Amino acid sequence: MTDLLIKNGRVIDPAHDIDAVCDVWIADGRIEGVGSFSGVAAQSIDAWGLIVCPGLIDMHVHLREPGQEWKEDIESGSQSAVAGGITTICTMPNTQPRIDHAGIVLQVIVRAKEVGLCNLRPVGAVTRNLDGKELTEMRELSRAGAVAFSDDGRPVWHSGVMRKALEYSASFGYLIIQHAEDLQLTKGGAVNEGWVSTQLGVAGMPVEGEDSMIARDIMLTRRAKARYHVAHISSKGAVEQVRLAKREGLQVTTEAAPHHFALTEDEVLHFNVDAKMSPPLRTEEDRLAVIEGLRDGTIEVIATDHAPHHEDDKRCGLSCAAFGIVGLETMLPVSLDLVRAGILTMPDMIAKMTSNPAKLLNLPEGKLSIGNAADICIFDADKTWVLDKEKMFTKGRNTPWHGRTMTGQVRFTIKDGRVVFENA
Amino acid sequence: MPEPLFGLKHLFGIGDLNRDQITSLVNLGEDFIDINERDLKKAPTLRGRTIINLFFENSTRTRTSFEIAGKRLSADVINISASTSATSKGETLLDTAQTLAAMQPHVLVIRHSIAGTCEFLAEYLDETKLINAGDGAHEHPTQILTDLLTLKRSIGDITGKTMTIVGDISHSRVARSHLLAAKIMGYKVRLVAPKTLLPSFVERYGCEVFYDFDAALEGTDILYMLRVQSERLTESSCFPSIREYHEAYGLNMKRLRAAGDHCMVMHPGPMNRGVEIATDVADSMKSLILQQVEHGVAVRMAALTALCGGATKE
Repeated sequence: MTDLLIKNGRVIDPAHDIDAVCDVWIADGRIEGVGSFSGVAAQSIDAWGLIVCPGLIDMHVHLREPGQEWKEDIESGSQSAVAGGITTICTMPNTQPRIDHAGIVLQVIVRAKEVGLCNLRPVGAVTRNLDGKELTEMRELSRAGAVAFSDDGRPVWHSGVMRKALEYSASFGYLIIQHAEDLQLTKGGAVNEGWVSTQLGVAGMPVEGEDSMIARDIMLTRRAKARYHVAHISSKGAVEQVRLAKREGLQVTTEAAPHHFALTEDEVLHFNVDAKMSPPLRTEEDRLAVIEGLRDGTIEVIATDHAPHHEDDKRCGLSCAAFGIVGLETMLPVSLDLVRAGILTMPDMIAKMTSNPAKLLNLPEGKLSIGNAADICIFDADKTWVLDKEKMFTKGRNTPWHGRTMTGQVRFTIKDGRVVFENA
Repeated sequence: MPEPLFGLKHLFGIGDLNRDQITSLVNLGEDFIDINERDLKKAPTLRGRTIINLFFENSTRTRTSFEIAGKRLSADVINISASTSATSKGETLLDTAQTLAAMQPHVLVIRHSIAGTCEFLAEYLDETKLINAGDGAHEHPTQILTDLLTLKRSIGDITGKTMTIVGDISHSRVARSHLLAAKIMGYKVRLVAPKTLLPSFVERYGCEVFYDFDAALEGTDILYMLRVQSERLTESSCFPSIREYHEAYGLNMKRLRAAGDHCMVMHPGPMNRGVEIATDVADSMKSLILQQVEHGVAVRMAALTALCGGATKE
């Protein structure tokens, strides 16, 4: 018998090119049908006026467990994810210890299953201990469940190591995700280098730090015929390089974080530590370039770079505060601004958080296929609410959106057919 | 707590002040010069006030200047430097500041290498007034008030005059504060430095930028020399050698003469003789450097008075 019926919602499933008001019904934790339901369901949700889509995927998340559980752990991070409509998160390996061998991959996956709120798909380290020197056992990590490889938090900086990483991963079809930053150019920097850093008297991180590393990596990707993904793209020059690489037919992809298309460096004009992250908020010109990249498909994924920190790591002045902001609970409303502004259609926006990252990472999630695990997000695109950082589910309080009005609210998050989050 | 004067809440930076506030502080400073010159250097203005100088960076002149300013106005002044403070035991900046604030001083005078330190602390400290005695490369408001008082007494009205600031603009809080003051007070600024010592988009302050020192001399009324820090040479290669720096950007007699007889020389100290400034220039009749130091005390008396010397609110 059907367990749960979601009635009369606007069902958007980009993978199947569906955008229609209809029903979705679930049995045994799996999707039983999409269309017009006739029969009896044990439970039902009236989704009239709401959008029903596959559970969202955030392919760039830092959960801090193991090692820094006071900042975030898998339980609080999972709660935060489902509160944001997200049912699959890809977690970066810069935990302590690093996710650089199979045991840790398995450990975090098992822990997430115990919590039971969302899928955790770890990203394995490219190099042992993220030291940028020796490659990890990527095949072993992959078999244990790693879905891609990255040293995120820092770049694979050494050109020789990056070349080997791209060549080795290309042999097996793995994706390398690069935190593109030339650390010599960004040394000591806290914010974007430009007029704002000049006025603050704070050392800057120039766009060339990002752009030059992407330029090098694209050359190496061309030679290796590898799959290369630029994490959290933030600059105009970087977007343009990815666009050209795509045009050339290289397997170069990228993601943008909501803060990079919603905010600019002006946020730090008053030393706001909750607007400090790497790469930093850039200029309006860069922001518009990221938006254009999202619009024309150069940027196929929206991902948050959710980076929770304890207040102690932020309460010390702009230049010594930790890099990073939380993002899981604000990804959807901030991204919906792009739809309201007419830049993306609703299905396009949803694709960038469901089918596109799923395709990139070969995940079974991100679509409403019959028989698939019933991971579903139901949201009200127009509902306004005010973000109160004290009421967030993440342990991090480091958000630049505190006190601001958000438009778009998750109403139900369903994982394996079970309602794991509800906003009445 | 006493009511502050001139509508000041704290003194974070020149950028937070308006023309009237700057003029009032400079004029009040001028009134205090008299106390510094007479034999009995004491006035009761700040009797019963407690001032803590909390310095996380080395400083002789600014700290001494604040200390003398407070003492001459009868305040109780306590000096704390980073090496003797609890920060060496791992206490955070905020904890140190909150601990001191709990002892109920009227004013905390703070110098720290992190830009925005006072703005950051003010969010957590309720009653205590904060004076920024230099925060990273951000601002150094009392130095600029000092310079404005010195200029008022040496060349008179500064409106329309041209100040040429030479040296490490990138890392200079004095340069930034002058760039802000120039806009408010109506003087012009020229910057002279190699590109390695200039921050991005600095021309957006509305100043002229020169890489050639000699080209900037004509029309200059004040030559303002900045200290060159040796770590810019050793750690970040901002210039190749002291010798080459002095040749390109040092102020010597030849350059001073080329600027013209009316041109005065300033330096916020401490000087590197033979690097950014030649000894004969530093000691010449055109040098206002020691007057800057002298007026620094008077201006800091004004700043302390403005923040905690007003009538006590019951």
